[in-house]
Amino acid sequence: MSRFRLAATGRPGSPRTLSVVVLAGLLSLPLVAPLAGAFTLEEFQFSDPARAEEFKRLTEELRCLVCQNESLAGSQADLAQDLREEVYRLLQSGKSRQEVIDFLVERYGDFVLYDPPLKPSTYPLWFGPLLLAGVGGLFLFLTLRNKREAREQELSAEEQQRLRALLADDSTPTKDKA
Amino acid sequence: MGKTLKFLIPLALFAGLVALLFFGLGTDPRKVPSPLVGKPAPTFSLPALGDPGRTVSNADLLGQVSLVNVWASWCYSCRAEHAQLMRLARELKEVQILGLNWKDTEADAKQMLRASGDPYRVSAFDPDNRAGIHWGVYGAPETFLVDSEGRICYKKIGPVEPGTWETELAPTIDLTTKKCKESRS
Repeated sequence: MSRFRLAATGRPGSPRTLSVVVLAGLLSLPLVAPLAGAFTLEEFQFSDPARAEEFKRLTEELRCLVCQNESLAGSQADLAQDLREEVYRLLQSGKSRQEVIDFLVERYGDFVLYDPPLKPSTYPLWFGPLLLAGVGGLFLFLTLRNKREAREQELSAEEQQRLRALLADDSTPTKDKA
Repeated sequence: MGKTLKFLIPLALFAGLVALLFFGLGTDPRKVPSPLVGKPAPTFSLPALGDPGRTVSNADLLGQVSLVNVWASWCYSCRAEHAQLMRLARELKEVQILGLNWKDTEADAKQMLRASGDPYRVSAFDPDNRAGIHWGVYGAPETFLVDSEGRICYKKIGPVEPGTWETELAPTIDLTTKKCKESRS
């Protein structure tokens, strides 16, 4: 995904050049694919392994705003690279995990978090599914209870009598000839 | 509970779901609301495009209403909105338009302004997204409406179209006091 908002193509180039580039890209894909996921994080070197681990965790938990279903660690978008660099700078300057998260939320909103905080505006998000499950469960319970009640209903004395009469009478004309 | 009423419950639930999904059709998930709206504009200080000796900073926002337009020559939507910015620069005497030239090269940016006109009082040059990150920019074009005290009244994501100023931007600012309207902040 690119940083372009509406246009899917890059800098102006003739369609022909573009198709050649695309074709070349497709043909070389099997060669490049195994490397594609790895190269973006390699360049960020930390002397402290704990910081390196924190960087990895953070970029996986933060969401890229351009490719909205990708984390900062996984996105190839230009903006994701800028934000990775910013996270790297912040961590290198001694900022804590929470300070980095606050920095990004202040500028981009809760949207950058894959794990949104619990607050009034996110109540529907957190409790909506529980509420739905509760309503569904209640509905199921009521339906099942009604069914059982209907089954357990006893016959009245009059009906009992009629039932016995029907069972006892073998020569009744309503009986099938088969 | 009557039989008819019971029968109507699933229908009502279904209608509610349809309404929700229909509402969802009209919203664009790519438009992420900015937490900066209603807050002072982030601190920035950048060289001016084509005039590295001049610095563009928050001081340029004070005293009058500004539109801060994030643009780049490689961005097709920016080219598309350019004519609208030219029109606003002509028609809105009480509003200055400042550019934030974003992740661009100086030569390409100047070429675009030469070719299609320059609506900006000045453009800040930000090739490395230094100020962009602080402004929460995640694509171009984006346009911020900033009041005379440097507070952000509104953020328009995507190109400025005919009518965008009138229907989206103008209602968030009081042009006589030059301040954001509180209800929209």
